[in-house]
Parts: sequence; C-alpha cells; structure tokens
Amino acid sequence: MSAQSAPQSRPKTQIRIERRAEQPRWLSILSPFILIAAALVVGALLLRMAGADPWALYARMARVAYGDRYGWSDTTIKATPLILAGLGVSIAFRMRLWNIGAEGQLFMGAFLATGVAIRWLSPETPMVIMLTVMAVAGFIGGAFWGLIPGVLKAKLNVNEIITTLMLNYVAAMWVNYFVYGPWSQRGFGLTPQFPANAWLPRLTDFSEQVPAFRGITAHFGIVLAIVLALILAVVWQRTRWGFAIRIMGDNPRAARYAGINLPRNIMLVMALSGGFAGLAGMSEVAGVVHRLQERFSPGYGFTAIIIAWLAKLNPIAIIVVSYLFGGLLVGADEIQPAGIAQLLQGVILFVVVGGEMMLRYQVRIER
Amino acid sequence: MTEAYVPAFEMRQITKRFPGVVANNAVDFSAARGEIHALLGENGAGKSTLMNVLCGLYRQDEGEIFINGKPVEFHSPGDAIAAGVGMVHQHFMLVPVQSVAENVILGLRGVSFVLNTADIEAEVKRIGEQYGLPVDPRAKIWQLSVGEQQRVEIIKMLYRGAQILILDEPTAVLTPQETELFFRTLNEMKADGKTIVFISHKLDEVLAIADRITVLRNGGWVATVPAAGMTKPELASLMVGREVLFDIERPERKTGAPRLVLDGIGALDNKALPALRDLTLSVRSGEIVGVAGVAGNGQRELAEVICGLRPLTAGRMTVGDAAITDAPPIVMIEAGIAYVPEDRSATGSAPNLSVAENLALKSYRHTPVGGRFFIDRRAMRTRAQELIQRFDIATPSPETPSRKLSGGNLQKVILAREISSNPQVIIASYPTRGLDIGATENVRNILMEQRNNGAAILLISEDLDEVFVLSDRIAVLYEGEIVGEVPGNRADRETVGLMMAGSKPQEPGVAPAASEESRS
Repeated sequence: MSAQSAPQSRPKTQIRIERRAEQPRWLSILSPFILIAAALVVGALLLRMAGADPWALYARMARVAYGDRYGWSDTTIKATPLILAGLGVSIAFRMRLWNIGAEGQLFMGAFLATGVAIRWLSPETPMVIMLTVMAVAGFIGGAFWGLIPGVLKAKLNVNEIITTLMLNYVAAMWVNYFVYGPWSQRGFGLTPQFPANAWLPRLTDFSEQVPAFRGITAHFGIVLAIVLALILAVVWQRTRWGFAIRIMGDNPRAARYAGINLPRNIMLVMALSGGFAGLAGMSEVAGVVHRLQERFSPGYGFTAIIIAWLAKLNPIAIIVVSYLFGGLLVGADEIQPAGIAQLLQGVILFVVVGGEMMLRYQVRIER
Repeated sequence: MTEAYVPAFEMRQITKRFPGVVANNAVDFSAARGEIHALLGENGAGKSTLMNVLCGLYRQDEGEIFINGKPVEFHSPGDAIAAGVGMVHQHFMLVPVQSVAENVILGLRGVSFVLNTADIEAEVKRIGEQYGLPVDPRAKIWQLSVGEQQRVEIIKMLYRGAQILILDEPTAVLTPQETELFFRTLNEMKADGKTIVFISHKLDEVLAIADRITVLRNGGWVATVPAAGMTKPELASLMVGREVLFDIERPERKTGAPRLVLDGIGALDNKALPALRDLTLSVRSGEIVGVAGVAGNGQRELAEVICGLRPLTAGRMTVGDAAITDAPPIVMIEAGIAYVPEDRSATGSAPNLSVAENLALKSYRHTPVGGRFFIDRRAMRTRAQELIQRFDIATPSPETPSRKLSGGNLQKVILAREISSNPQVIIASYPTRGLDIGATENVRNILMEQRNNGAAILLISEDLDEVFVLSDRIAVLYEGEIVGEVPGNRADRETVGLMMAGSKPQEPGVAPAASEESRS
C-alpha cells in the first residue's frame, strides 16, 4: 500500500495549474494584443536565428504599415478583404459551425463578380448598377459555396469542417480553369482587365476635389466592410434572429427545444457566412486587382479564421484585428525573403491557439 | 463505543475549498467495519466533495485521513483503491461496448498481458453470487439495464478488494423492488465486514438501511446520529435547518375539459426501436396526471412527442380543441404546451446565456421582449426581474450566466419561463430530480398552484413519493405502454410498484388504462 508509506505531514510546495473560474474582462479584451505580442517575441527568436535584427525589422515593418497615410492606405487595402471574410467566418463560428472554407467562398464570389464585369453586363453599364450587380453576384457566389456544406450538414449531418476545407480546392481549380481557359487573356492565368465602370472607386480618384487623396489607393470596399461590421454588431445584440443564433451557438438542443428551426438556420448561416467571404472576393477583384487571376488572394480566407478567433467573433474587434494583420502583410512586403511574413503568421496562429488555452488557466503555488 | 474501537476510516477536520466556495469546512466523518453509514445532506451540502476526497479524486486543503488507524495521503483514486477505498459514482464509468468482465479489470494494474478471461469471468460470477449481485460476466454493458450496470460498478470495486465502499445516490436509478434487492446486497456486504458509505437525500431509505447517519449542511458537519429512533421530520430539519412539511395541500377541484389527448401514439427511440406503443392518455384542465415508471420505459420519448421534438409513427394528438399531430416544436409552443425537460442544463437552458436570456428563451418572439425583427433588451431585463422576484430565484443578477446557478435555481428559471407563458398544458419531466428538500417543496408548490389555476399537468417522474403526493391520477408506463391507471387517492405503493415492473393490475378498483373517474 504505497499510499500509506508516503511521508506525511511534511508541507510540500506544489505548483498547480487550474482552470480559471472566470476570465476577467480586462484579460478577455487584452488577450488578442497579448497573444500577438507573444507571437512577435517568438517570431523574433526565429528571425534572430536567421541572422536578422528582429527589433529593427519590426520597427521598419511598423513604419511601413502605419508610418504615413500611404502606409495606412496599403494596410486598409489588405484589411478590407480580411474584415469581410473575417465577418463571414465569425457568423458561422457564432453558431459553432466551423466554416473554414472562406478562401473558396472568396474565390467563388470573385468568380461570379468577374463574370458580371467582363461577360454578362455591357461595359457601358453605369457604374452604380455595374458595381451593385457585381456585389450581389459576389455575395451569391460565396453564399452558394457556403450553402453546399450547409445543406449537407443540415440534411445529412455531414461534417462541415471537411466539406468546407475541400471545397476550397475545388473553388481554386474552378477559377484556374476560367482564367486559363474560357476567360483567359492569351492563355496567361488572368482575365482581361475590367472596364472602368467595374472598378470600385478609390480615394485617389477624387484627388481633383481633395488633393490630399492623391495616391491613396484605398477603395470603397473598406466602407462596405465597416458598414457590414456595424450592421452585424446590431444584429447580434438587438435582433430576434441574432438572439436565436446565440441560443443555437450555445446549446443547439435548447434551441430546438425553444422552437428554433435548426436545419433551416444552419443553411441560412452557412450561406450568409459564405456570402460575406464572396463579397471579400468581389471587393478584391473590383477594388485592387481589377481582373480575376490565379491566386489573387494570398490566403485571406484562412487568415480570416485567425482574425475571427482573435476578435472573439466580435464584429468591431474584427476590424481592429484585421488592421493588425493587414499591417503585418504590408510590412512583410519589405522583408526578404518573402516567406518570413507567412512564417510570422504561422507563428501567430500557433501562439494564439495555444495561448488562448493558457489564458484560460492560472498558475497557483500552494504552500 | 468500546475502547478497542478502530474505525475502518476516519476523516478529521477535512476542509476543501474551491475558488469562491468552501465545499467542506472542518468535517469529521468516520465509520466502522460492518457499518452502513449514511451521509445525508441537501445538494451543495458537500457530500460528494467529502467522498471525492476520501476516494482520492480531490485532495483536501486541510485535515487528515486515517485508514484502520493509520494516516494516509491519497494522490489519486488508484492510491485510494490500493488502501481499500472504492467509490461508485452516480454517473457510471463503464465502456458500453466491452463486456462486464472486461470492464471489471479495466485500468487494473498487474493484469497479465494476455487476459485470462475464464478466470476473471469466474471471479466476477463468484463475487456476484456471494453478494447477491447477479450479472452475466460476458454480457456487453450496453445490453444491461441501469440497475445491472450499477451491479457491475460495485463488483468492480469488490474485485479490487475494496473494504470501504462509497455509494453516491445508488437508488436514484432503481425501482422500488430493485431497491429492496439492493438493500439485501448491502446487508450481505455489511455482514461480511465491509464498510459502506451511503450518500443519499432520500430520508426513508436512509432510515431503512443505515446504522448511523451523518448530516452535512452548507459544507459543515451538523450531526452524527444512530439511525434507530430517528424520524423523518427530525432528519429533515437537521438537513434543512428548519422544519419541513412533507405533505402538500391538494384541494379538491373539479376537473375541466381535456386539454391534452393522446390517442394510440407510437414513436421510436434514438436507436430507431419502438419506444411508445399504442399509448393513449388524456389530461384535463385542473388535474395532475402522474406518469410513474422506471427510467427508460419511454418517458423521454413521451415528453418529446408531445412537445414536437420527436416524430410520431402512429396515433393522433389533440391540444385544447385543435388536432395537432406531428407538428414542429414551435407549433406546440404556440399551442400552449410548456415543457420542463428532464435535463435542465442539456436541454432546458443555454448555459452561457444570462438568466434573463434564458427566461426569454421562448418569449423573445412576442411582445414585450420581441418585436417584428428586434428585441428590447430593457424589456427583457424588466421581465426577468419580475420573474426572479415572483419565483424567488437566487441569482446575483439577471445578467449572470445560467450555468452559475445551483440546480434548484436553474429549475426555478425553467419553471418561471414555462409557467409565465400561461400554458394550457405543462409537461414536467422529473421536475425535482437532484433538487434538495427546500427546492423540491418549492417546485411542487408551483406545480400545484398551476393545477389549481386550471392548467393540465403531465408529471413524469420515477420518484413514487412525488407521483403520490401530487397526482390526481397515476398512469404507469412500462415498455412504452400505459399498463394501468389508478386514481391518486386510491393508489397504493405496492400495486404501482408492481405495475412499474410490468405486471398488469388485477386488484379491483384499478382500471386498466381507462379514465372514467373524473368526468364531471
């Protein structure tokens, strides 16, 4: 009986890790910043090993991304699709539907918007109509791509993680087919440039009225993104449907018991989630690239997952976190080799997922 | 106590704290060999915590434990079982797809790499026979009834050489008849010199089986008394700290028109096997119909069918004047059916949502809380405050997440929500399961008040006391059928108990599945 022979009564110091009963509010607000800072420290170690001076590098990245209005403009351009896709992902995550197919949904949104711009509407179509139809098409493209896993989940209980992940590849290949095939410009992996009426207005386009806007290429997409974030914030807080989604996310059985139609809402939420990512794709092709091309997204749809998570699915926080990641992307353009930025992103994801867990626990030293 | 008395185990001045709570505060507890010692207390009194300390799951912050007079320190349940202390938890820890024998040796150290199955099975059988715990060692766990699974858990502990057995609310899952058999087993073990700690809050059982009784209240020790000579009211007032009335006033009341009629209902369970067969039942305005039965005989399916949560395979249903058959939950809610589900936290509430939001889980669709698209947070809060006051819900604020409430208070939240919709019909499944005496009293009074106000109430419970105290009529459910109905005032425990075990009623005055009594 080993238990009895154990020495008694000698006070032992024990370090114990316990789950926090409740995450304090300050911690939950600060946690994204703490986690990104921690990730940068880990990244610094790696950069040092690669022979660089990490702090000088970080300082330069920050200057490039946030140092002047051109930096802010570039960061805004990167943040726009991140906000839209991040909002999309967050809609599904609110209901604990793990839509990791934002990248594919973004591609399908871009695809349909491109079809409108270069094929289905005349280049002479007035800008307002052209852009509106493109936005609707972009939304529909993404929504359709989200609806497929949604229907499978609702009707057959097929795991949406697998289906959304796999559909990413299908969407990328689908776009490849068109940019190398039917819509290709001389067989390169891109379509012809959109007609001018299909370009989202940029600030620099108004430089005649406001000279300060000269060279600021941030486009109208950011307005759309912020407006949608505000609308979502109201939806979650103030609407019947938002409340129903909260119930479903917290306890689907209670939701069913309360008379909420789960399958219908799963499909609706997946479509909406995909639709937002589709808008991100539309805004990217209409606002930045002005054509559809192979790999036009550097993984916005995947970064959006990290963003939604870090922002704790809060629409306003998604804007802030997207600006942080947008800045990282802009700053990273300054770094050689280019892989460093992706490495940093990987490190951030790792630290965020792990750190989020750690912040939920506390260390206690006993006696 | 004689001078040679050495308790089988002794816990001295045990204190265990959790963040924000003192679960045990300097508790003394001990028992002798060959003693059945009941540990009695309301929910949250600290019974389970104390026993989790004894069986090595928790470590006490202060205090000492002695086994046979020697100090011990347990770092895991393995240490405890090595010292002869075994606990049978309320929720069984068995692997459904494995056999009884395999479950018994699961996690045991010193088992040879190649299992000697025949020996293990023989030993399991021998232990079973010795203590009156019959179970087939080769049967798979999923094939066994809950009562049989409990036997496996006890055999598991005996196989490991447990001399001190801790049983956490063991009778909660048994029929009256099974309970009697189970008590015989306990006496066998006692005669064999084992020490048994029997955790319970059922006073009758404690008085029937225990030698001594220790009462805990709010984490502290209240009394240790010999069972002989104690009475129920005495024990109850020790537990609650005040006097408790056991009977509830049930004023005679003319019953009205049928509000809920089930006609030849059939339904499947989750494994797609028939769970309800040709079930016919009606509940009138102003009456409580108690459905007695052992858990797993179709209770859950019955409640879910009525609430639209489970499809019908046969039969018709009428709510009020409207024939509503096989409609989705929202239709049943709007038709005035309120449902107090058996699992408060898994079905009845959204744990991370606030109390106010949980109170509005259904009513958010209607004024004053909900408009066409929007919800009015202020109205939600006001309404929550009203209900919190009216139903005496103990919560720090309406914004507190419901998971932080005690079981009794969470149940009050659910009752408040369901009753505040002025339902025609209330389906109450195990409404007081796991609640302490005070909360139970409260919930029963609320149900009775609703009956007196004219609601039709279907009370589903396996607690016969509850069914007897509350019901105007008692219907017995066995294998998905109503095997008989008894008027509440003429029911006797023996007959209902036998019907719960499947025998059809023979006595005069007991009509099989008919309800001519209450026509007015």
